[in-house]
Amino acid sequence: MMASSYNAKDEDGIQPGSVGSGGPGAVKNRKPDNTAFKQQRLPAWQPILTAGTVLPAFFTIGLIFIPIGIGLFVTSNNIKEFEIDYTGVDKSSPCFHCSQNYSWNSTSACTCSVPFTLETSFESNVFMYYGLSNFYQNHRRYVKSRDDSQLNGDQSSLLNPSKECEPYRKSDEKTIAPCGAIANSLFNDTLELFHIHPNGNRTAIHLVKTGIAWWTDKHVKFRNPGGNNKNLSVAFQDTSKPVNWRKPVYELDPTDPDNNGFINEDFIVWMRTAALPTFRKLFRIIQKKKDSKTPTLQSGNYTLEVTYNYPVRSFDGRKRMILSTISWMGGKNPFLGIAYMTVGSVCFFLGVVLLIIHHKYGNRNNNADIPN
Amino acid sequence: MAREIGESGEAKSAKVKKHKRRKSKKEGKTRTVHANILYDHTKGLDNPNRHYANNKIKTTKYTLLSFLPKNLFEQFHRFANVYFVFIALLNFVPVVNAFQPELAIAPVIFILSVTAIKDLWEDYRRHRSDKEINHMDCLVYSRNEKKYLEKYWKEVRVGDFIRLRCNEILPADVLLLSSSDPDRLCHIETATLDGETNLKQRQVVRSFIDLDCEFDPLKYNSVIECEKPNNDLNRFRGYIIHCSGRRDGLYKDNLLLRGCTIRNTEEAVGIIIYAGHETKAMLNNNGPRYKRSKLERQMNVDVFWCVIILLVMCLFSAIGHGLWMFQYGDKRPVFDVLSPEGTDLSPVVSAIYLFLTMIIVFQILIPISLFVSIEIVKICQVYFIHQDAELYDEETDSHLQCRALNITEDLGQMQYIFSDKTGTLTENKMVFRRCTVAGVEYSHDANARRLAMYQEMDSEEEDCTSHGGTLPRRDSVASHQSGKVVLRSMSTKSHRRTGSRAEAKRASILSKHTAFSSPMEKDITPDPQLMDKVNECSSQMEFMRFHSQSIKQIPPDLCDIFDFFIALTICNTVVVSSPNQPRQKVRRYELKSPVKTIEDFIKRFTPSRLTSGSNSSSSSSLATNRSSHRVGSSMLSSAESTLTKLNEEKPPDHDLQHAFSPVPPNYDKTKALAKDECELRYEAESPDEAALVYAARAYKCSLVGRLPDQVTVELPHLGRLTFELLHTLGFDSTRKRMSVVVKHPLTDQITVYTKGADSVIMDLIRPVTDNVKGKRQRKILYKTQNYLNLYAADGLRTLCIAKKVLSKEEYASWLQHHLEAETAIQKREELLFESALRLETNLHLLGATGIEDRLQDGVPETIASLRKAGLQIWVLTGDKQETAINIAYACKLLDPEEEIITLNADSQEACAVLLENSLHYIQTKFLCNPPPDPQAAKHYSSFHFSSPVCSLASSAHTSPFLVHRLGLVIDGRTLAYALDKSLEDKFLAVARSCRSVLCCRSTPLQKSMVVKLVRNKLKVMTLAIGDGANDVSMIQVADVGVGISGQEGMQAVMASDFALPRFRYLQKLLLVHGHWCYSRLANMILYFFYKNAMFVALIFWYQFYCGFSGSAMVDQWYLIFFNLMFSAFPQLITGTLDKDVSADTLQELPQLYMNGQNSEEYKPYMFWMNMIDACYQSLICFFIPYFAYVDSDVDLFTWGTPITTLALFTILIHLGIETKTWTWINWVSIGFSISLFFTVALCYNASCPTCFSPSNAYWTMQRLLGDPMFYLLCVVTPMAALLPRYFYRACQGSLFPNPVQVGRQLDKLPADMRRLLLSQSRMKLGSLGSLFTPRALFFPLCSPFQKDYRPRMKPAHVSGNKQKEKAIASPIPSKTVEMWDTPLSSKTSGNHVILNIKTQDIAETCRPGSDCPLSGNLDCAMEASYTKDPPTSRTVLEATLSPVDLCQVRLLTSTPLLCQTESIQLVLPPSSCLLEQKVEDEDSSNQSPLLPKGGGDTQHNQEHSVKTTFL
Repeated sequence: MMASSYNAKDEDGIQPGSVGSGGPGAVKNRKPDNTAFKQQRLPAWQPILTAGTVLPAFFTIGLIFIPIGIGLFVTSNNIKEFEIDYTGVDKSSPCFHCSQNYSWNSTSACTCSVPFTLETSFESNVFMYYGLSNFYQNHRRYVKSRDDSQLNGDQSSLLNPSKECEPYRKSDEKTIAPCGAIANSLFNDTLELFHIHPNGNRTAIHLVKTGIAWWTDKHVKFRNPGGNNKNLSVAFQDTSKPVNWRKPVYELDPTDPDNNGFINEDFIVWMRTAALPTFRKLFRIIQKKKDSKTPTLQSGNYTLEVTYNYPVRSFDGRKRMILSTISWMGGKNPFLGIAYMTVGSVCFFLGVVLLIIHHKYGNRNNNADIPN
Repeated sequence: MAREIGESGEAKSAKVKKHKRRKSKKEGKTRTVHANILYDHTKGLDNPNRHYANNKIKTTKYTLLSFLPKNLFEQFHRFANVYFVFIALLNFVPVVNAFQPELAIAPVIFILSVTAIKDLWEDYRRHRSDKEINHMDCLVYSRNEKKYLEKYWKEVRVGDFIRLRCNEILPADVLLLSSSDPDRLCHIETATLDGETNLKQRQVVRSFIDLDCEFDPLKYNSVIECEKPNNDLNRFRGYIIHCSGRRDGLYKDNLLLRGCTIRNTEEAVGIIIYAGHETKAMLNNNGPRYKRSKLERQMNVDVFWCVIILLVMCLFSAIGHGLWMFQYGDKRPVFDVLSPEGTDLSPVVSAIYLFLTMIIVFQILIPISLFVSIEIVKICQVYFIHQDAELYDEETDSHLQCRALNITEDLGQMQYIFSDKTGTLTENKMVFRRCTVAGVEYSHDANARRLAMYQEMDSEEEDCTSHGGTLPRRDSVASHQSGKVVLRSMSTKSHRRTGSRAEAKRASILSKHTAFSSPMEKDITPDPQLMDKVNECSSQMEFMRFHSQSIKQIPPDLCDIFDFFIALTICNTVVVSSPNQPRQKVRRYELKSPVKTIEDFIKRFTPSRLTSGSNSSSSSSLATNRSSHRVGSSMLSSAESTLTKLNEEKPPDHDLQHAFSPVPPNYDKTKALAKDECELRYEAESPDEAALVYAARAYKCSLVGRLPDQVTVELPHLGRLTFELLHTLGFDSTRKRMSVVVKHPLTDQITVYTKGADSVIMDLIRPVTDNVKGKRQRKILYKTQNYLNLYAADGLRTLCIAKKVLSKEEYASWLQHHLEAETAIQKREELLFESALRLETNLHLLGATGIEDRLQDGVPETIASLRKAGLQIWVLTGDKQETAINIAYACKLLDPEEEIITLNADSQEACAVLLENSLHYIQTKFLCNPPPDPQAAKHYSSFHFSSPVCSLASSAHTSPFLVHRLGLVIDGRTLAYALDKSLEDKFLAVARSCRSVLCCRSTPLQKSMVVKLVRNKLKVMTLAIGDGANDVSMIQVADVGVGISGQEGMQAVMASDFALPRFRYLQKLLLVHGHWCYSRLANMILYFFYKNAMFVALIFWYQFYCGFSGSAMVDQWYLIFFNLMFSAFPQLITGTLDKDVSADTLQELPQLYMNGQNSEEYKPYMFWMNMIDACYQSLICFFIPYFAYVDSDVDLFTWGTPITTLALFTILIHLGIETKTWTWINWVSIGFSISLFFTVALCYNASCPTCFSPSNAYWTMQRLLGDPMFYLLCVVTPMAALLPRYFYRACQGSLFPNPVQVGRQLDKLPADMRRLLLSQSRMKLGSLGSLFTPRALFFPLCSPFQKDYRPRMKPAHVSGNKQKEKAIASPIPSKTVEMWDTPLSSKTSGNHVILNIKTQDIAETCRPGSDCPLSGNLDCAMEASYTKDPPTSRTVLEATLSPVDLCQVRLLTSTPLLCQTESIQLVLPPSSCLLEQKVEDEDSSNQSPLLPKGGGDTQHNQEHSVKTTFL
């Protein structure tokens, strides 16, 4: 389009200053400007990729990456993590009997306790996760099946949520709150942790329910309808609980009004759909006692008390409980360190190869370049 | 965009068609035009003209209302747009949608609206210019006011009377009814239509010619019936029916076309026949063509592959999804959401839905922005080409012009160049060089020396002569152009569709004003000898007339000289004008139009009138002019004492010196002299004519006036003579000659003067009788032929001049037929042609002229470097073979060391034999025997980048053609046979193995056929370059057509894709811009494919982890805008500005051009390599984050955003690796891209916590920026992803650099070092590469090679070559004598193979129709001579050739033309004329046979020898 305009301009004889250097005289000279840009002579850096020129880059990358990798690897290794599968696939598993229940609608709560032993003690704050495997929270239709306005406390959306929530939009002529498949499949197992003292006493470990969701989620994205109205049951009147739920949304945490309804953090965490089919979600935090020399979790025997509500066997899912400390780089994952080390070493190796090439052929090339 | 323009053209024509259709009901086959003034009072209700289009033009496509629907409709014609809209609409279907539907539309809307805005803007410009044009003024007759009133153009209607003043532009197609010119002529300049700057005469309609008083529209009551509007500029037919019932024919000579300018005519009146869109000019307007470049074709293949990949990926996903669903069986997992209706979807249905969803998700694999980006990049490229100061011609103030906007990259891939010769390689400024009259040659040595001086001075004096020299003329132009008129022509500047470039150019042309005249062709130093003879002749004539003696007593040679100059002066269509008055007007006593009827003829040729009429006029002028003329003529003519008796005055010595000084006279003096002569200006249709007229003027035979029926010539001693011009039979390319029929004022004979190509004229010469006169004639004929050949050998254009005296009876009988032909309506042209053929027979040869057409500046260098660039250059010319060959030598197209195969055949069979033999010869010589000199072999192969020499047969198509150092010369007739279906393959096989091919005497059609043949059969990229109308078809056929905006009009430019001011600019256009455009675009396209594939693959890998559900971890915003915004700018910048090698290096090392020819930058496998690389990179970019986050609490978009980010980094760094030059713009664009991404991401992630379902990436980016993992990922992933490519590039740069990389290394060197390297050219850059790669990637800078062992190869010829070079440089005939002895020595060297097939043998054995036993015979002769054994070949030759032929053989090699050491001549003369020739040969000379036809073309050699003996 531009080009045609140039032609046209020239034809017209009206040349904008940028195109022609038409002087003040009546006779316009159509000679193009002799500018570096128009003559394509802009000063330029012209890197030529040869063994010689890229050598330093390879060595530098290698030299930088390997230490970083080692650092990351060490950091990751310092993280303590414990994981236990309580799905109850094996007959021997304590939760086997609970896992036989494939239904969401069983009213009787099934509980099982899973004993485990921590070999080492966990020093700092311990994060307790539940992990699900083979659970495709990233399924396209599943991801869409929510109404953010409703979750944001919008009154009209509360009663008339988005079509995306179908088929979990209405139940018995009543609007489902929260609507959609994600909410409907809320993870509803209850996990409790007990420390078994060597003497046989069980101490319940205090699990903190809050602070597990993103701050912005809790305070911006998710809001209960009715504003500051503390009475959630009023706010949620004319709505019905999601099909799979045992209790309505305003009873998620009756003890803490700041953790109830849509702003229940377990709910919020669940609503943040996982990226991969095997995922963990933060469930509780075991806080390090202040001014205490004792580790958060000392090594020893523990029991995980599970209220087994969430059926996963139908899709070959697995449920796990994970205890983990975290570092500045998140949970335990040696991969990044390994990746850095690998890339660094490969770079270094290639650098050496290039060095050989450079020595063998680079000089000859130069000789060929320059006679005498 | 070009498409749009093209469409606009189509739309327009469609509109016109619609108009036509509507009208056709009422109009029938013809259009009837009445005068509007008859109907003025009825307000046009029953005006019969009311159905015709008015003169308002509207070239806009849209109105305010229709813009949106119409523009959208047009945009949806593009398939890509439909595809994207389809995908956007697919998003509205709930079951398959992948993105928010509103968002998915955004890019489509964006693209569509950008295009729409562009269209709107263009349309607005069109509207503005239309308005401007529509509001121009013209004078229209009004019945009420009884005078001409100013009206806007748009108000003019068909049937209006319009008055036109000098220098006005015609508003519509007007039938000329009256002219202020006494001859009822009107001159128009048609530069805007066809670019021809000469004036054309138009004639008042015949029935109005006789009007003596001014034309009164009120008295007009005729009806015009004419053709319906059509676009043929050269056709107009109709009748004018007067109220008396009389009908008069109307021809194109009566029609003034819209857009032309009235010149030299003070006032003209006409009636409008076609207006507005129905004018011929408007109907001729077609937008530029839409061509698809080779790269784009290749790209489209890969786009197609992308579609396939897309479908495979979608299918894979769909099947995967089906299986994934299937594995769960009835147990529906909680995350598998039911359809909205709550119904369960079966896996199969689900898979089908998913297939569609995946198409949406993967849509960017077929990149929405690729097409737009390519267009933008091409436009920028066009802009930069346009802005190149080195492609700007100061002289004409013109740029290179890109008319086709979308094939810039084709310029970098050319393999064959087809060039016209005249005007393209040469200046097309004709300079009279030599002539021969009555068998005597006048060599004009002084003139030659003067020209040489010109050439030297050209460079310094250019400005002086072009500016200073034209000043007085410019003044004069201004003086007869009123100020208003100047304004007028300025206001038409936007009349762009009628070749406004020409219009713009007119300013410069106007300043010179005289078409086809350079100072060079005007200043001719006469040959003293000839000058004497002219003087002698004319004085004798005067004497005789004075004494009333018969003119026949003058010796025949003097008579011939006289006639010769008369012919030069009058046998043309040159228009004379002087600056002081527009034209020389002489009111004649009576009207004398060319003879129109038999009665007229009888009336006019009664003896009494004959004497009185012409003599009175001529003598009167004689009387008036004699005194004034005497001084001038005596000044120049009196050098010889023999003439002094005729002169009363002694010339002053001072003047005499100037007149005959051997060096060119001082410019001022000559100018002053010329000015004294009143500075007559000649406007000629062709430069040859002008040159001849100026030449005649140098001999004091000046053309002083031309009227339709008479020509006035001023002669020395005789004064002004007025020739009654009876007919002018114009030049046409079939006849190749033109004639005038005049009544000679001195002899009162009806004389025909004919001027034309020697080949045709020589055939039309009256057969000689056997008496003394006949002998003389034969001698003259023979000598003239010799000289003609000599001229041709010197590269001159030759013309023969002949005359014929008609008896009155002959004339009468011819006239009858001719008049019939002239008045015929049907087949008028054909009849006129036949009539001309009847007249032009039995001519008497007067002489011949040699006109030089100088090479343009820099042509040899350009050709040399283009050839080094691997381009095959073919020259297709209409010129004579000898002329063409010599020009070819002069411009280094043919190399003296090359062998030349000349193909001249007379019949299909002969041609087949010739081709067969040539092919056989080539094969024997080059393919199966290794060349004699191993070094030479290396040289050959290295020069052309090809593998071993014998591989041609096997690898004809895969490897670059093996081109030998051979030249092929073929003439038009043979070409016609060779282009036959049965022979074309053989012809191509021969031609393609030759380094240069020269097609002489080819017609425009043949030119285009050759181009088409090569293009289609060899599958190569062809470029045709030419400047004239005869090149148009070739330009249109070629992949890229280049027009030279030279002097021969604008047709070539109009048809071309690129228009250059000069041939030499082709070098930079191809080698630099072509290379850049190609490599930029190729790299950009590859990068585009890579980029999209890489990005889409990320999502594809994810499908394995989301149950093939079509989910994407990349936020839909990023997904949609990634291509459109985030990654778009850097690639555009790189695609526009990247320079792989600097312009200087590209020009210094033309070999780098082969990069584009072989499509090195974008080979089919590269697409797949890029795909594999994209696959690898996406795997890295996917799995590093995957493993870094596996089994963590990361959510979908917190995981997807880093992936997007690092993919962006990877893509940008990838571009960085591929970018060769980094200017600040590159840095800025990359910085801009990254910051744009982060800005958009941050804003988007902060904007709304509840919107943008389903992703709702609220605060994600903000959180990520606080996460060290994010940074760690962003560092390691791109590194890991790009490591292989970076490593590969580095290795490639070191181990096997391709020539382009070597060029880049050269770039890096300091300038002086580089110059040193290039000049020494010793380096074998990249020679290392050959160690590692099978294909030899060395860098052949062979010219030093060549020099090194040339002496060793051909020690015997060095001197010969040098002489040859000298001879070319300054073809002075005397030098040729020295050449005499070289051939013999060259023969003994053994390299010299001369094959002269005995013509009689062939004639006898190879009669048409009969099977040819000859070929075997020929073969054996040839084979024998191939055997490189000098004595053998010699004996064979001697055995087969008669002594006469031997002589011929010797002569063959003796001319400068053929002194090259290796030469094959395969000459098959026409079998039919052989016997006659035989007889003639013996008659004319026993030196060598003279073969005027066919074979004669190559016979100039003997003539040369003859010439030397004469000297």
